Amino acid sequence: MMRTTLRKSIGPLAAVLVAVTVWLGLVVTPPDRDQGDYVRLVYLHPALAWVALYVAFGMSAVCSLLYLWKRTRSLRFDRLAASAVEVGVVYTLLTLLTGSIWGRPTWGVWWTWDARLTSTAVLAVLLLGYLALRRVPAEAHIRARRSAVFALLAAINVPIIHFSVIWWQTLHQGATVLNPNLSPMIHGLMAWTLLLSFVAFTLLFAWMVMVRYEIETRRVDEDEVGMAAAIADRQAEGIHS
Amino acid sequence: MGEQCSPWFQVVEWVVVMWRDALLIARRDLTIELRSKVGIWQILPFGLMALFLFAFALGPQTELLRTAAPGLFWLAVLFSSILAAQRSLNIEGSAATREANRLLGLDPAGVFLGKAAAMAVELLVLEVVLLVGVMLLFHVTIASWLFVVPALVLPGLGLSAAGVLYGSLAGGASTRSTLLPILVLPVEAPVLIAASKSLSRGFGAVTPDAGRWLVVLAIFAVVYSVLGVALYGPLEES
Amino acid sequence: MGSAIRLRSAVALQGRFPVLSGVDLDLDQGRVMVVLGANGAGKTSLLRFLAGLVPIASGRGEVLGADLATSASDVRRRVGLLGHDAGLHDELTPLENLAFALRASRLDPGRALPALDRVGLSGRSVTTTVGQLSAGQRRRVGIALLVARRPQLWLLDEPHASLDEVTRSLVAEVVEEAASGGAAVVASSHEPDLAVPMADVVATMGGGAVLAVVPGGRVGGGHVA
Repeated sequence: MMRTTLRKSIGPLAAVLVAVTVWLGLVVTPPDRDQGDYVRLVYLHPALAWVALYVAFGMSAVCSLLYLWKRTRSLRFDRLAASAVEVGVVYTLLTLLTGSIWGRPTWGVWWTWDARLTSTAVLAVLLLGYLALRRVPAEAHIRARRSAVFALLAAINVPIIHFSVIWWQTLHQGATVLNPNLSPMIHGLMAWTLLLSFVAFTLLFAWMVMVRYEIETRRVDEDEVGMAAAIADRQAEGIHS
Repeated sequence: MGEQCSPWFQVVEWVVVMWRDALLIARRDLTIELRSKVGIWQILPFGLMALFLFAFALGPQTELLRTAAPGLFWLAVLFSSILAAQRSLNIEGSAATREANRLLGLDPAGVFLGKAAAMAVELLVLEVVLLVGVMLLFHVTIASWLFVVPALVLPGLGLSAAGVLYGSLAGGASTRSTLLPILVLPVEAPVLIAASKSLSRGFGAVTPDAGRWLVVLAIFAVVYSVLGVALYGPLEES
Repeated sequence: MGSAIRLRSAVALQGRFPVLSGVDLDLDQGRVMVVLGANGAGKTSLLRFLAGLVPIASGRGEVLGADLATSASDVRRRVGLLGHDAGLHDELTPLENLAFALRASRLDPGRALPALDRVGLSGRSVTTTVGQLSAGQRRRVGIALLVARRPQLWLLDEPHASLDEVTRSLVAEVVEEAASGGAAVVASSHEPDLAVPMADVVATMGGGAVLAVVPGGRVGGGHVA
């Protein structure tokens, strides 16, 4: 019913919104006075960062908490958290990549020790650590518990890492990043395109997580079907021997 | 017996049991460490060698080495602490030992605190030796004990708590040796920053807000000790 | 006699493999059960399951009056398991190992020395580190731990394997002492000749389930099952 319609429509809707964002961002909106065409990254980079750092991280933390909470414990939350992190890693790496491309003409280098850039990079390693941890062979609930604990620890670490890096950076060399040239004047059509990009990339994230989750669920379902047969096989061993 | 006791009494009882188990585990871990001497023969030389390698990488300019000394000191401690955490968790490394200990009914929070405390003691010894090392090799002198002492103790506690907690997260011994570093190093990055800043203040460098960094170190140590007490049980239980 | 073990269609999984595929089993306190079966029949899994180390996936299981599904930690604290590897700390001496285990289970560490003496370990073998002991001696330390802890349920995984004559008869003696003291004993074995005489009941396993239960040869152990 409504749920299936929603599920089926979210993919095409995301695709259409991303396409519109691309069209508005590349064709319709004007280039910036100072940054030229580089300003068009504003329709990509902030939205990616928003999804990576808030939506993906937040979702994995909430799902992990729901898994650890005894009353809501279910492997579905484990799979959701894992799917969110997996897609989140892609978004985080794209955030770093677009940030670096954007920074190149303004800073003159591909990488600067900007506080946000640096802490995002550390977080990317944390997320990769989560995926590495999931690859360690273990029984489903043990793996789920380890992953959930790690995701929660990572979430707790985010503020610690963020503030340490900000203090480390500002106390070291002073704020050099708040370059006035880098904050483009945003108004009118540009503002709407920016807003649309947030909606489009968030929806795209939701769709990818959903697909990833369904793949994982189907794989588990197949295993569950095999369980009754496995018990029968096991009992048969005793009769034949 | 639980029903007729007040909840407060139960909490007090749990705390007493936890600390008793912590003491028992810390004593066992330190006894094993004193017998096997893995720390003295393997981890300590590694830390000292790291100091030499840093100097080789940077060149023998005294000024440069002196500026870099606090950071290099903490890098050496950080890497050594990963070895120390692996070693600490290897005490319960075999499946048989883990099972034997589970059958004993030890309080997991106590086990965590005991292991972290034993590792903290080992790290403090390592830090003192490496401190003498950087003073000799990199020509730094201690300007303010007021900063040096907490700058050694607080990170020691934090790194031990995080090391034991993440070590138990990283699963069995076969995967832990490669997985633990990538899990724990991003988490410990703030400790490296804060400890280096505090220590450079201790060595007499002009460091703005050195007190603030000590607060970061204290927060890290407290947060990870509390998290370990809360989470070690659910992690070890299967 | 109270019930020590009560299993109904108990299933246990190792990953996705059903190591126990529906076990029905009963044992009263003060009784000795020997479990026979080929390799891979599920003997070791049954013992670890009874120790509360493998979670119950379906069915019902009660050990020493505690439900395996909800109070596995209670079960663990009250049973004694002797596996192939006793899980001793190599760097500690047998005495230190036992004292540690006794303190951890909130028992008197003073029981350690008499228990080691009971299994024939004394003098230097008590004060050298476990890492330097022979396999047979380590096994004895494991048995001594059970003697010292006095659990209400003894779970012995092939207690006769790779032991000399003297130690084998020691196992038989210690088991008999425990059973007459009121404890229940479950021992797996490959060697019916050795195991059946000490048992009240003999269970045969295959395919992760108990296939048959017949009376054993223990005398003076009360009524026959």
